Amino acid sequence: MSEKVLMKGNEALAESALRAGCRFFFGYPITPQTELAAYMSKRMPKEGGTFLQAESEIAAINMVYGASAAGARVMTSSSSPGISLKGEGISYMAGADLPGVIINIQRGGPGLGGIQPSQADYAQATHALGHGDLHVIVYAPSTVQEMADCAYSAFDVADKYRTPVMILADGMLGQMMEPVVLPEPKNTAPEKPWATVGHNHARPHNIVNSLFLSADKLEGKIKERFERYEVIKRDEPRAENFMTDDAEIVVMAFGASARIARSAVVSAREAGIKAGLIRPITLWPFPAFAIEETIATAKSYLSVEMNMGQMVDDIRLVVAGRAPVEFFGHTGGVIPTPQEVLAKIEAMHEAIGGKAAEAAAALTGGKAGA
Amino acid sequence: MATQAAQATQNIILAGFGGQGILFAGKLIAYAGLLEGREVSWLPSYGPEMRGGTANCSVCLSDEPIGSPLVVSPDVLVALNQPSFDKFEHDIAPNGLALIDSSLVNCTEKRDDLHLVGFPATKLAEEAGLKGLANVVTVGRLFAEIGFCKKETLFAAVEKCVSAAKIALVEKNKEALELGIASFEEMKKVSERRPRKEGE
Repeated sequence: MSEKVLMKGNEALAESALRAGCRFFFGYPITPQTELAAYMSKRMPKEGGTFLQAESEIAAINMVYGASAAGARVMTSSSSPGISLKGEGISYMAGADLPGVIINIQRGGPGLGGIQPSQADYAQATHALGHGDLHVIVYAPSTVQEMADCAYSAFDVADKYRTPVMILADGMLGQMMEPVVLPEPKNTAPEKPWATVGHNHARPHNIVNSLFLSADKLEGKIKERFERYEVIKRDEPRAENFMTDDAEIVVMAFGASARIARSAVVSAREAGIKAGLIRPITLWPFPAFAIEETIATAKSYLSVEMNMGQMVDDIRLVVAGRAPVEFFGHTGGVIPTPQEVLAKIEAMHEAIGGKAAEAAAALTGGKAGA
Repeated sequence: MATQAAQATQNIILAGFGGQGILFAGKLIAYAGLLEGREVSWLPSYGPEMRGGTANCSVCLSDEPIGSPLVVSPDVLVALNQPSFDKFEHDIAPNGLALIDSSLVNCTEKRDDLHLVGFPATKLAEEAGLKGLANVVTVGRLFAEIGFCKKETLFAAVEKCVSAAKIALVEKNKEALELGIASFEEMKKVSERRPRKEGE
């Protein structure tokens, strides 16, 4: 096993991608993602790979398209405004069934926004990363170790399903250092018989393309792709449930805000409140199973996010009215504190207690009246 | 030693001018924690304040998984310039430690619930021919004050944080640590004759 080292999240993503066999990186600098590209610029040439700083984010994502079409393991990274620019290219990749890894170290938006940590691109990543009927697998690591692990497995997942994969982190996770054990280098990329590589007329031409002018043909393509999405939804959802076995107040949070929520849940337990945490590791596919596991004991749900409330809608779709779903968050780069989240949990606990008391009183009153 | 290593969570903010080596000092502390198998986190400020103002970082050492790596209410503030002390003084947890470079910071105490330690890190470093290593001198002093790790771990951390190619620099950093630790011993000798105001 490798030695445990202290690394920034951005650097761990880069090193782990290299160890997963990524040999092409195309990017354009943006805070708070810059260390990732800087690390790649130093390390990639030593691995015999290609690092290229493109003239723009749009150019970079189209270079990713090209390298992927030629069968390479390829990655790009950016931060929120840059990801919006890449949206077109990501859609083209999805439409051409091209694997590739895209990293978003989120900052505050909309527009240029700010450079402090944010989770305001949740909805973009999970619902509309580009135009058209498409999904992209989205991972939301919450520690530097998990960032390394996600980057390592993302390429395999992308190749397996022939789809772009996004790792959605933020400025806090990208900039912070934590101990990490890096994975062993591997070279396990599968054969890609569809890749557009030279073959001396040994077989018919491969064509990588997202343009299908026949409506019937395009519909067929999309339906075939959605069958693959169904497999992904069945096999790939991941979440960590923490102290949820008997939880009455179930907090749900991903990435950086999950760290804060976890501290708040631990404090709530110390105060005698039955709180628990669901931490989605995949945001798409959304880990509905993790909510179902808690529904029997849950009296209410709380989504904690670093935005104005985006994942909360997906939680409501799963909970489907079986319990109230509330939201707490900060946006624009403001980081919630565990104390604030704890205060919200305590308020919800009191509300539940109050309702339970009312219900008990109503019940007693009813009996007395009968 | 074992008791020192097994102590509870330390939440530390280190702050100063850009170029004083604040982020490196934080990394040194975090690496010492890592070498002892503890949970550690290091989070730098990377906002506009880094461009021509103060640099700061949050360091957490704990035996439990670390939640937010952003330290809001530090047990320890290390301040190597005046704006940093002024900015963070009010955030320090009650009975917390403020370790400040008295060569650069005016140590007027505004709170009476702080353990305020001023010592001339920059001056000591320069006099010892260790110009530019006031940050590491301060880490040595902090180690002597609160013992956040074993002594040998601290020196091992230097070897992890300074490139092995720069052996001379590794030695200088170790000298700087010793200087900081010695300043604590010196202060203790003085306080045996004159009891310290903080009273320990």
